[in-house]
Amino acid sequence: MGVKVLRRRELTFWEELYIPQIFSGLRITSAHFFRNLFLHAAHSVGALTHRAASATFQYPEQPRPLARRFRSRHRLTVREEGTPRCVGCMLCETVCPARCITIVAGEHPDPNVEKYPVRFDIDLGICVYCGYCVEVCPEDAIRMDTGILDVAAYSRDEMKLDIHELMNPALRKPVVECDLKFPHECRHSGGEIKGSWE
Amino acid sequence: MMPDLLIKLTLVGIVFFGVLNLAGLHTWIERKQSAIMQDRIGANRASIYGFKLMGLFHPLADAVKMFTKEDIIPDGADRVLHMLAPALSVFFALVAFAGIPFGDRVVIGERVIDLQVARIDVALLYVFAMLSLGVYGVILAGFASRNNYAMLGGLRATAQMISYEIALGIAIIGVIMVYGTLDLQELVRGQGRYVAGWIPLWGIVVQPVAFFVFLTAALAATKRTPFDMPEGESEVIGYFVEYSGMKFGMFYLADFLETIMVACLVTTLFLGGWQVPYLMPDGFHFPWGAELPLSSWTYAVLGVGSFSIKVLAFCWLFMQIRWTLPRLRYDQLMVLGWKGLFPIAVANVLVTAAALALLGGKS
Repeated sequence: MGVKVLRRRELTFWEELYIPQIFSGLRITSAHFFRNLFLHAAHSVGALTHRAASATFQYPEQPRPLARRFRSRHRLTVREEGTPRCVGCMLCETVCPARCITIVAGEHPDPNVEKYPVRFDIDLGICVYCGYCVEVCPEDAIRMDTGILDVAAYSRDEMKLDIHELMNPALRKPVVECDLKFPHECRHSGGEIKGSWE
Repeated sequence: MMPDLLIKLTLVGIVFFGVLNLAGLHTWIERKQSAIMQDRIGANRASIYGFKLMGLFHPLADAVKMFTKEDIIPDGADRVLHMLAPALSVFFALVAFAGIPFGDRVVIGERVIDLQVARIDVALLYVFAMLSLGVYGVILAGFASRNNYAMLGGLRATAQMISYEIALGIAIIGVIMVYGTLDLQELVRGQGRYVAGWIPLWGIVVQPVAFFVFLTAALAATKRTPFDMPEGESEVIGYFVEYSGMKFGMFYLADFLETIMVACLVTTLFLGGWQVPYLMPDGFHFPWGAELPLSSWTYAVLGVGSFSIKVLAFCWLFMQIRWTLPRLRYDQLMVLGWKGLFPIAVANVLVTAAALALLGGKS
């Protein structure tokens, strides 16, 4: 194991005086101050808006741009007729390291599709946002591209998303009534299977 | 008798209004200025009916918060001293402003009013005495809190005060020698003369070394970041650990008041106080011969405005320094005070004395 000897650079006389160094520091901060002050003033009258006066994102009003591969809240993709693409294969439920996905599969009327999810729940209170469910899905039925970051709730129950919220990211709790056409086990109507394939 | 009292009360009112408002605004200036120079935005969320006004409501919100917070006095603390300490801090900081002249004299009828709260012959000594007494509140706070960290903060304040106060005192001796007076109003008037007919004879022109020594020592007097030993947020939390609510707020206020005080002092001693270059009581007399007569009221307003602008500029500078420089270590402060500023200040006095003797009397 070699030993690396670090030598501290000797301060020059100019630097030892401190005063010039203090001035150069003040010059840098003042340059930033006056530049930003000028830009803020210009922005207030609507000029020079392409030059930013600060590095701040005013978060709730001005969201930060997300990377394309960013993993945000989940959603279930749907077929053209409005039913979920999910075929109830349970791969995502199996791969999930946090075990936050609950699927109850039912028989699909189309013989080409074996099953469909009667229930599809994700407990975001447990989810670790690893994205394995998205990677493992053979049907491209689940994605994490809603761009929803502000998942917040007053209770653990409100963190549990059911198929209504997963299929329609615009829908937020509380979901008042069930409007899905296909039959599924809906928590909003006492657990009995509702809806028809019409 | 009665009109005299009224005039004095008006002057007191003006000074209190200006100084206390500026001190309150300092919390806003501090947050906004540091934000702007660090490419941030700073406090901008407090609003009244949707009006944000660049975050100007934050000081108001702060004040409301301070006043409604629980006031805690620790068990075993000296209750009287604990209550007294913040009041003393603010009191001495405020009282010192009585000696600062903020404008030339105004003549109403046959009454001549000096724009200075208290016309004291030794105003300079008075201001310095009050400024030094300010540390009393800090020491008492550390002493009465029954908290070792607070105690350490108070002791550090004492040590720091001793090491900068001497340099501060000796730095102004040069100025006193040049202008030959301890009366601040006369000292400012003395700065109204011109060297070679056009350079204003301000303190900074004749005493540049004293100016820098004074500025550094005065920064230490404000107990703010490059020299924030009494607080020392990162090691001892400071003399006000055991204070909450508005009592803590008063220490904060005293800090800002001292910053303004020091800005006033630097302005008065070194930047000609209320002097405007080439402005005489009857108007401007430019060195190239042009003249611009002004009424006596315009003259007074210009003087007060000049003083205010200089003080604000120094407040800005102090804030800029506070957010630019890293804090000194405790021993570095001692070295700076005793081995740096003190000898320089003494040498300055000697050189000034020699120069005055060679040039003959007061310049």
